[in-house]
This record gives sequence, structure tokens and C-alpha cells, in this order.
Amino acid sequence: MMIDAFPPGVILVLGGLVLPFASTQIRYAIILLLPLYVLWSVWQIGDGIQLALPFLEYELAVVKGDALSRIFATVFAIMAFAGGLFALKQEQVAELAAAFVYAGSAIGVAFAGDLITVFIFWEIMALGSTMVIWAARTPESYKAAMRYLMIHLLGGVILMIGVIAHVADSGSITFQAMTPNSIGTWLILAGFLINAGAPPLTAWLPDAYPEGSFSGTVFLSAFTTKTAVYVLLRGFPGIEILIYIGVFMIFYGIIYALLENDMRRILSYSIINQVGFMITGIGIGTEMALNGAAAHAFTHIIYKALLLMSAGSVMFMTGGKRKCTDLGGLFQSMPITCICGIIGALAISSFPLTSGFISKSMIAQAAGDENLFFVWMCLAAASAGVFLHAGIKFPWFVFFQKDSGLRPKDPPWNMQAAMIFFAILCIGLGVAPGPLYDILPFSTNYVPYTVPHVVNQLQLLLFAGLSFFLALPLMKRTLTISLDWDWFYRKFGVWLVGFLTRGIVEMRRDVFAGLKGLVDRIISLAFSSHGPDGLFARTSAVGASVAVIVVMLMILVVAFYTNV
Amino acid sequence: MNDETELPKDLHWLVRPSTIKLLWRGGFVLLAILVLADFAIHPHAAFGIDGSFGFYSWYGLLTCLAMIVFSKFLAIFLKRKDTYYDD
Repeated sequence: MMIDAFPPGVILVLGGLVLPFASTQIRYAIILLLPLYVLWSVWQIGDGIQLALPFLEYELAVVKGDALSRIFATVFAIMAFAGGLFALKQEQVAELAAAFVYAGSAIGVAFAGDLITVFIFWEIMALGSTMVIWAARTPESYKAAMRYLMIHLLGGVILMIGVIAHVADSGSITFQAMTPNSIGTWLILAGFLINAGAPPLTAWLPDAYPEGSFSGTVFLSAFTTKTAVYVLLRGFPGIEILIYIGVFMIFYGIIYALLENDMRRILSYSIINQVGFMITGIGIGTEMALNGAAAHAFTHIIYKALLLMSAGSVMFMTGGKRKCTDLGGLFQSMPITCICGIIGALAISSFPLTSGFISKSMIAQAAGDENLFFVWMCLAAASAGVFLHAGIKFPWFVFFQKDSGLRPKDPPWNMQAAMIFFAILCIGLGVAPGPLYDILPFSTNYVPYTVPHVVNQLQLLLFAGLSFFLALPLMKRTLTISLDWDWFYRKFGVWLVGFLTRGIVEMRRDVFAGLKGLVDRIISLAFSSHGPDGLFARTSAVGASVAVIVVMLMILVVAFYTNV
Repeated sequence: MNDETELPKDLHWLVRPSTIKLLWRGGFVLLAILVLADFAIHPHAAFGIDGSFGFYSWYGLLTCLAMIVFSKFLAIFLKRKDTYYDD
């Protein structure tokens, strides 16, 4: 047993558990100050195992620091702070409490040095995030959270079996780079990928996240998928299959977001798209690619939260409107929300001078360095596609397009402050990437700003923008959704269970009818022989009886006489 | 509340037809300048095609149009009313 540090994630979890019992002032203080304290304590964690606890015959490395752990824990803590600020006045205190537990357990995963600790925090995360969705307190959010929980419990079980099998194989619980070459490691990989939103279980994300409250979805966007990116970065760097899974996710996100009408579902599909870039980078596996994946996770958390804060503000101020068909023209009355939303949109599209530019470029650069022509071409097309599906589509349909006649004001000061804070970070990291590059897992001298790179990126993006306005008639929003993998468990599964149980019901009815018929026949047979008029129940005269007995005796006498 | 009287009769300057026409023209000038900028820069192409003239311009335009058309094609099979899952 070794205690050199208290786990920073657990501080946040405990803070979350205290929240519901605190008075308003103390609650505000906890929400605003605790994440900053956690951020500070993240940077007190040195390299190597800092907290080891005995568990059964194993020694758990509950806190183990290195650069990769710290960069993820840092952005999780920053996210908890800004999300808390945004949700400060949220009436559902349970949501904030759950969000802090959720964020704290994500930090717990980032510092976990062994697979058992990873699993424990992994499961707390699943519960915390489900509670965040539930806190929206709508019938839709209740059902969506149940579906979400089912998928994540399934993922958790797969991960647990994988961990057990892996530990049985290797005898070590240490969480380090693995190769998927045994049942255990394959299942661990599958468990991680489920949380990343990888196919075939992609649909849990756009199904559940948009059902959170105006502030809940901001928290949801940050932790689950990015924790999955973290564990893949540490556990499976350079595994080739991840390149193809990542490329699939990139295009899946774009295509579905293009078809979507609900602004928060657009942004949810775009999370899968962005995580796809990171997973592709992890699959490429060079130092440049892994740095790119880590940097992109960092910047993505910030600009995606910013986009969802902007969408959440619109929802909050319009009484829950989420559909592009209901929105439009809001730039006139919500300038702060609109400008912050556009900054987030530019950052996700990797415009020069925004944070997305300095992070995503590293992944494309790595694909070029490794001569992966096909992957590089896909990444370039997808970069253009990001601008198309999120960068223009979200601001255009929410803040511009037609005038919906809605004139909501900008949201309360705390929500504006959270948006402005993240907008500044998006621009700041884009203008001065040095501090982010300094905390990456590998040292880098990558230079994002060269004249050709900037010009080429602008060409790619602005021509993508041209295609959006040329194809605007095709982009017209309709009151529709697109079938996704969740159809299999929301419709087909229900139908299948209905079909099979209907078969069982019919079979049971037939068997019972058959048995009843048999019993009826036995009863009627018994009735005919033993009933009031039955053969064996009839009465007969004494004389006749005596005559029968005499005849029988005579037959016996004759029979025995001859035999003797 | 009567929205009709509260809405300003004159359009916001950003959405007036004259402004929109100006934005389109400015946009095309910007795109033309960007394409022509390829003469001036010396890219460090990783593969060859990415260093050819106007590559990023046509590639961005065509792949995006392709993605839009492909999504519309998929929509034929996948689109449902947004009340599809409601009980």
C-alpha cells in the first residue's frame, strides 16, 4: 500500500454527492471552486504510481500519472468547471450532482493504472451519465436513459469478461498497451469501442444525448466518448483495424448529420464524426498521430461543449425548441449565443486560428507521413464534410435561414460567461497552440501554420461551404428522422419478442385446449359408465340377479367337472 | 402577445436581398483569389495529387456534393416521420 496522492477524480465524485444537501450559496461555491481545485490537484500528480491499494491478491494502481493521463484529466476538469458555470442555476440539482460524479469518474479512468480500477470508474461513469439524462425529467429522457443504460451495462459486462480473461491469461492487471490477440484483449477492445460510439453500436449516442436537459447534454458530450478515446490511446495504439473503424465513424457521422433535423442530434452525430478522427489517429499509431488524437480530444471537448451550450441556450430561451424546422433568424436577438456558436462551428471545422486547426492537422499529417493515401484522402474529404454538416449547417439553420419570428434574448449571465470562456479557449488555442503542444504525450515540433497549409485548408473549407449553398434546396429540413442501428432494438427487437411470445401464447393455448379435451373425454367416458344412467350404476331386480348367479355357478360346475 | 406588431417591418440589414447579393459576389471573389493563390504557394505534397493545381478546391467541392447526394440516396431507405418511434 502506498499513498502519495488522493485521487483527484474522487474529490469531484465526493463533491457531487454533497451537492444535493448544500444550501444554494455553498452549492454555487462547490460548483465553481471544486473543479478548479481538482485541476490544480491533477497537476500535483507526478509520474508513476502515486496511490496503490490492496484488493484481493492484487495491488491496484488507483492513481498513476503520466503526460497522457494528465492531458485528459486536465480537459475533464476544465469541462467540469465550464459545464458547472453553464448549469449553475439548473433547478435540477440532481443533474449537477450526477454530472460531477460522472466527470470525477472520467478523471478516475484517466489516472487508473490497472484494469480493475479502469472498470470500477467505467461503471460509475455509466451510472452518473444515466442520471444526467434522467435529470431532464421528461418521458423521452426516461426511456432514452434506459436504452442508454442497457447498452452501457452490456459494454461494461463485455469489458469485465475481457479484463478477467486477460488477467487470467497474462497474470497482470496493469493497464498498458495491448495487442488484440486473445479473447480477453479482443473483449476489452470491444468494451472500449462501445463507449466510443463505434459501429455497430453507434446509435446509443444520438439517441440518448439529445434527451438531456439544456445543460445536461453539454456534460454528456464530453466524458464518455473521450474517456474511450483515452483508454484506446493507452491500450491499443497502432492497431490497424482502428483506422477503418475511425474512417467509418467519420463518414457515418457526416451522412447522418446531413439528414438530421434536430439541432442537438446533428451535434451528436458530429461527436461520432470527431471521435472517428481520433480513433483513426490511434490506429495510425505514430507519435504524430497519437499526439494528434490526444490534442484533438482536448480541443474537441471544448468546442463541442461550446456548440452544445449554444444549442442549449437556444433551447432554454425558446422553451425547448430543438428542430431546425422551428428555428431560424435567431441571430437578431441572441448575438452572443450566435457568435459563440459560430466560433465553435469554425473550431470544429478546423478553420485556421481556431483550436480544431492545430489539432486535427496532426492526424492528417501523420497519415501523409505514413504514406496512407486512401486514409489521407478520406480525412481530407471528411474535413470538408465537417464544415458542411456541423460548421455551416448548425449555425445556418438555427441562427439564419428563414425568419422563424422567434425573438428570444441571450441567456442568463452564467450561461453567457461559460460560452465566452470556451469561445476564448477555442480561439486562444488556435492562435497560440504552444501550451497545448507542451502537455502532449510525446514532445513535438509540429508547425501547423505554414502558408500552403493555411491556404489549402481555406480552399478545402470554403469550397465545401460553396457546395452547401449550391445544394441548399437538397438540404431543406423536413420533419423526419433517419433509421439507425437502434432500429434493431427499438422496432425489430420489439417485433421479434412480440412474434415469438405470440407463438408461445398460441402454443400454450393449443396445448391447454388439447389437454382440456382429453380430460373432458375421460370425464364423459366415466360418466357414461359410472354416471346415474351408466351400466355400472344401474339397479336391477333380485330375481334377475339370482338367475344370473345361478347360471354362472352352473357354468363353473360344468367346467370344473369336465376338467376333473 | 401580438407578434405581428412587435416585429420590425424593415428587414435586418444582414438579410436584405441587396446584402445577400453582395455576400454571394464577395464569396465568389474570395474563392477565385483562393484558387489563384495556388500559383503563389509551394506546397509540400505528401502524395503528388495534393500538390496539383486547384486540388483542394475541386476536391472540397466535389466530395461535399457527393456526400450530400449520397445522404439523399440513403434517405430514400432510411427516412421516417419524426414520430416514428412514438408509442
